[in-house]
Amino acid sequence: MADLKAQIIEQLNLQEVAPESIGDDQPLFTKEGLGLDSIDALELIVLLQQHYSIRIANPEEGPKIFHSVRTMATYITENQTVKA
Amino acid sequence: MNSGATYITGSCIIRHNRVYLNGSLLWEADPALELPEFLRAGYDRFSGQYPKFHKMDALSKLGWLAAEVLLKDTAIAALRPEQTGMVLSNRSSSLDTDLRYYATVKDFASPALFVYTLPNIVMGEISIRHGFKGENTFFVSPAFDTALMSSYPAQLLAETPLAACICGWVEVMEQQYEVALFLVENIQRPNSILLTEAALTALYQQNNS
Repeated sequence: MADLKAQIIEQLNLQEVAPESIGDDQPLFTKEGLGLDSIDALELIVLLQQHYSIRIANPEEGPKIFHSVRTMATYITENQTVKA
Repeated sequence: MNSGATYITGSCIIRHNRVYLNGSLLWEADPALELPEFLRAGYDRFSGQYPKFHKMDALSKLGWLAAEVLLKDTAIAALRPEQTGMVLSNRSSSLDTDLRYYATVKDFASPALFVYTLPNIVMGEISIRHGFKGENTFFVSPAFDTALMSSYPAQLLAETPLAACICGWVEVMEQQYEVALFLVENIQRPNSILLTEAALTALYQQNNS
């Protein structure tokens, strides 16, 4: 999950956030959590496509997938395409 | 009712990696710094604690930084949100970001870049930072039009609920940049100057060496 945190920071340009400061279960989209917004959500979708070749088929799954770093990691593990 | 007169009560000009406040040099960065590094250094020096800055495009960062410097010691925060407006202008619109966005389209179109593909977004970023809800307008013109920028804000202050207006020029194209923001108000303050085309031209041309 450390790699995923680093990818999130780079993708979202969170220059004042250290990877270790993001909790595995910290909510990504609440003010009490990381405070991400709707544009960040789109960037996370791009991240999944770019780094893991994962396209989210059902947009309604978004809030569940992007709840925290752990939920994202779980989704990636379950859906990642193995590259040749 | 105001007297009808409009005054320039503050100015911030950033060019050649130098920041001028009310005509005086406030800070000079290493001239070798390229625009992104200069903007980050300016943010660290004059603001900080605003992570959204890092997500902005160069045009928004530049205008936001100039507003940060311009408004720091003013009484603007005492006004109601709808009493402060903005009239800004530039030459290249959002072309610098448009080209960066276009470069991403063939791979993964960047949502974060797309939201900055309009020049007036810089006014939105400044408004969010300072809580402004007054009228705002962005003009695109070949050069800073001091005739327009002296007459239109004055008209807004005379005929609308605005009591203050940030007007000026904010231009970015690759490494070429310049921002000149002027705070104009319908009351006279210490060291304020009557807003005229000649006065605005003189202030804009100051510190341009």
